[in-house]
Amino acid sequence: MDFSAISPVALIVSLMAASTPILLAALGELVVEKSGVLNLGVEGMMIIGAVCGFIAAVTTGSPWLGFVFGAICGALLSMIFAILTQYLMANQVASGLGLTMFGLGFAALLGHKYSGIKPPKFHSIDIPILTDLPIVGPLLFGHDPMVYISILMVFVVWYFLNRTRAGLVLRAVGENHDAAHALGYKVIRIRIMAIGFGGAMAGMGGAYLSLVRVPQWTEGMTAGAGWIALALVVFASWKPGRALIGAYLFGGVTVLQLNLQAAGLSISPAYLSMTPYLVTIIVLVIMSADKARASLNAPASLGKLFHATT
Amino acid sequence: MLRLEQRPEPSRAMQIATPIIAVIATMIAGGVMFALLGSNPFTAIRIIFWDPIFNDVVASYTRPQLLIKAAPLILMAIGLSFGFRANVWNIGAEGQFIMGAVVGGGTALALYPYESFIVFPIIIVMGAVGGFLWAMIPALLKIKFNANEILVSLMLVYVAANFLSAMVTGPMKSPVGMGFPESRNFNEYQSAFNSELLSNTGLHFGVLAMMAAVVVGYIALTRHLFGFQIRVAGQSARASRFAGVNPNLTIALCLGISGALAGLAGLFEVTGPASKLSTNFPLGYGFTAIIVAFLGRLNPIGILFAGLLMSLTYIGGELAQFQLQIPAAAIQAFQGMLLFFLLGVDILINFRVRLKTKGVA
Amino acid sequence: MTPLLHLSGLTKAYPGVIANDDVGFEIQPGEVHALLGENGAGKSTLVKMIYGLVRPDSGEMRLHGEPFAPTEPREARAAGVAMVFQHFSLFEALTVAENISLGMENPPENAALSDQIRQVSANYGLTLDPDRRIGDMSAGERQRVEIVRCLLQNPKLLVMDEPTSVLTPQEVDVLFETLRKLRDEGTSILYISHKLEEIRTICDNATILRLGKVVGTCVPSEETPKTMAEMMVGTELKTPSKRPYTPGPSLLDVHDMWLQSADPFGTSLRDISFSLHAGEVLGIAGVAGNGQDELLLALSGEERVTNDAIKLKGENVGNLGPNHRRLQGLLAAPEERLGHAAAPDMSLTENALLTGFTRQRLTNRGFVKWQATRNFARAIIEKFDVRTPGTENAAKSLSGGNLQKFVIGREIMQRPDVLIVNQPTWGVDASAAAFIREALLELAEQGAGVIVISQDLDELMEISDTFAVLSEGRLSRVQSASGVTIEEIGLLMGGTEVDNAAA
Repeated sequence: MDFSAISPVALIVSLMAASTPILLAALGELVVEKSGVLNLGVEGMMIIGAVCGFIAAVTTGSPWLGFVFGAICGALLSMIFAILTQYLMANQVASGLGLTMFGLGFAALLGHKYSGIKPPKFHSIDIPILTDLPIVGPLLFGHDPMVYISILMVFVVWYFLNRTRAGLVLRAVGENHDAAHALGYKVIRIRIMAIGFGGAMAGMGGAYLSLVRVPQWTEGMTAGAGWIALALVVFASWKPGRALIGAYLFGGVTVLQLNLQAAGLSISPAYLSMTPYLVTIIVLVIMSADKARASLNAPASLGKLFHATT
Repeated sequence: MLRLEQRPEPSRAMQIATPIIAVIATMIAGGVMFALLGSNPFTAIRIIFWDPIFNDVVASYTRPQLLIKAAPLILMAIGLSFGFRANVWNIGAEGQFIMGAVVGGGTALALYPYESFIVFPIIIVMGAVGGFLWAMIPALLKIKFNANEILVSLMLVYVAANFLSAMVTGPMKSPVGMGFPESRNFNEYQSAFNSELLSNTGLHFGVLAMMAAVVVGYIALTRHLFGFQIRVAGQSARASRFAGVNPNLTIALCLGISGALAGLAGLFEVTGPASKLSTNFPLGYGFTAIIVAFLGRLNPIGILFAGLLMSLTYIGGELAQFQLQIPAAAIQAFQGMLLFFLLGVDILINFRVRLKTKGVA
Repeated sequence: MTPLLHLSGLTKAYPGVIANDDVGFEIQPGEVHALLGENGAGKSTLVKMIYGLVRPDSGEMRLHGEPFAPTEPREARAAGVAMVFQHFSLFEALTVAENISLGMENPPENAALSDQIRQVSANYGLTLDPDRRIGDMSAGERQRVEIVRCLLQNPKLLVMDEPTSVLTPQEVDVLFETLRKLRDEGTSILYISHKLEEIRTICDNATILRLGKVVGTCVPSEETPKTMAEMMVGTELKTPSKRPYTPGPSLLDVHDMWLQSADPFGTSLRDISFSLHAGEVLGIAGVAGNGQDELLLALSGEERVTNDAIKLKGENVGNLGPNHRRLQGLLAAPEERLGHAAAPDMSLTENALLTGFTRQRLTNRGFVKWQATRNFARAIIEKFDVRTPGTENAAKSLSGGNLQKFVIGREIMQRPDVLIVNQPTWGVDASAAAFIREALLELAEQGAGVIVISQDLDELMEISDTFAVLSEGRLSRVQSASGVTIEEIGLLMGGTEVDNAAA
């Protein structure tokens, strides 16, 4: 066993990268849930984003196009969910599960020729002098652009929800869709846009997995990341800033257990691999335990069927 | 423009017709998918839906497989259907399936090489207990701490898979397995082996358990107060409390029953068709069972047919993979599509489609 | 003078029902115009057309003489039409300012909006704090938010849908002051209600709708409530005669009952004590949201309280569930018909089973006796005149009045010793309401104790022998219903002088 191989700075740098996919997906789902829709298909949208982003990046040689295409495909897949739940009034839980199952299968289908290929490299930023500073350099100036974009998105989502009129309308729709409808807001249209945004963010998060984090395409590579993102929204009590903290917490656990595995800790690596999932459960329990607070923050119309009677 | 018009009553005819419409729509959409993959769609559909039963060349192998694959799907789907009716969403049947296999199979490995007729009943019970206890975790966390059972039960799938892998690389690793991450083969252990009861039918104890579950499930749902209370709970939480249904008990029962049945399915699978514990043991049946439950309209009789159909797509999918080089994943996408179409056409139960009359809009 | 709003030939049909059939009338500037009609007469459809939520199939609307055909509420608001809704239009988790902003076209910046809110609310005597959460406010305060939201847009026409149903009599007086002030400033008001005394007080003219058609107009100050009611219903009404009441033995004793509300915006019950006697109809008045729901849940057994807080015929039942209480003779019918008293998609047979299985012995070792259940459902339908094709129709396919007759009938048919009903005639047409009240009185006459929780004071005055008021989770002292004045009740409902007001 050699714990000295685990450097705190390297650990934090890699936890930020490990957190980025779930952070992106969680931010997207947070907006979806704020509009009153529960989309359990995050895992499916992530893996579609992973495979589509990967294919686009390999084909064009540009990781950026990979992220964009991953986001587009994630959004496209989410539209199936949107049509089912918003127009055909299907059960949101079942539709979300269907999205995940279909996504996993369809991604494997799209990607079976792409296993074992290396994607084009996505470079971390490198600012002379700044990046070379000890400790501060790698912590603040040594990440790839998506890490910064994900942090920026935390702020963007927060600003949108709390400081813009559109964000207020979206929250109103999630709070009481009948009242929003009575005031003349287009509940279904607003929700579809939110679902599309959620799909794009999950797709982008998935693309980050296959292009940066792993980086290669393997079947089922999301391995529950989408579900962890869903748990993260509950953990964050639907607040973007807390989603950042939560994502880094989960990222930290993931990275730490991987490092412990690499360091050759004398317990089965399988036990260590369980830890992110166990931590998710524990955190979920802690955050849900106070029923009054949990229900105060949750959008009141979450998961409820909307059908304009007029 | 098409317009949806609410029916005063849910249509009974549509409740039966919609799964059939969904299957046909999936065949069409799947055909398009196969065509895009470069296969003749008609051949592909024939290989998937027809050949496993009627093609003389392959049917001697595939026909028994139909029951073997359908049994765990139906067993689990019946358990899940009770919860789904009551809005208790056990998404982690796959984990309970694994834990049933690990606990029941582990018990068998511990008893090896003790031969007795009592061994098999013991491991059956242990399999059910394994699945039951694993499902009690999300149940208790939901009851005590209000934790979302969807997320908890799902996270426990990954925990269970890792636990299985820890077991087969550790205490349950076969001493004669040449270092592979797998347990001793159960067909070496007569008392614990879930053998075929009638040759070339695929009939094993798991199939019998499945049939019993269909009958008992149907009676419980339609004739017993338990089934009634589950249905009320699913329609309206307030109405069910008014009717005196204890919501916590409902959660515990729904998760417990589905967990125990999933555990049973896992036990029958590991001691029979799979014949050993290994890291390749989980095949995703626990997730497919969710589709089966919905496709069967959350009704045990419907689930019986849905499970057989889904089993057919598995077997036909393998044939298509073999004969047309259609990737294995295509069949998973195909199953996902089936669920989409089913959820989509379900609207016909409560609404009818009318042409919008032009005029003063 | 050009009328402010001119409606002619408005028709709107839904599958199976013509909601509005050739409706037309006029509203003058500065007029308070009443729209009068029973539930289902087509009032809300008409209002939705004026507000742009529903488009008429045919007919014409003119505002200031110009064609007016709003396709969405935004257009209606831009044209100067504002609406105060009865339900569904506020967001509990949002603040007053956010709620008001959502109802405006071009809301100013937050700080400016807050100033405007304070200013308008001061002008009209409607005190409001812009930063408070709606969820923490009373029904009366919520209505102020709605009104201020409308006033900020300087409306020409203010539509008010049943505005007083959630107010205490004192709050009604304040509201009427505001409305008179608005009228004097030239704003027209379309006032929808079925409370005839109010309409006589505040409205200049009235249009009466029945079954989607205009059946008459009148000047309310020249009519009596009875004549207007008869225009509304189309037949002559008989008022049930009050029977003499002599208290029998005590059936239900509630003592020092507390209940923490499970709803974060609910009202917890505090120190509830009262007794109910055989043959007594106890009316419990109060403004919505003062603990009525919680009181029903605590008495029915859906929420448990300390065991000795409720004594039924001398036995402690506080920690028993609903079915055990039913077995001992305590039955209930909650306010919300669909989704609480009945399961919407289930048949009437299944809904009969819902509360009937213990007392009617509809199960055998847990197995349902479906034939017996069907017979029970059929008996309810026949005895209580429930209009439905059969026992296998879904609860949601019934009209409000018919379903309510079924729900009340289901409980009465089980011959309770004590029956608790919450809002028994809410949203029910007049004939069904009369039927239900009659049935409750008959039950009491046979020696049962009946508790009627209602926000409709007229109803309570009509059927109660004794009377108490629920305010902020506390129950006033029970007093005899004869000799109580509306003013006294109003004070009690406002939560003041609970002790001196009790005679």
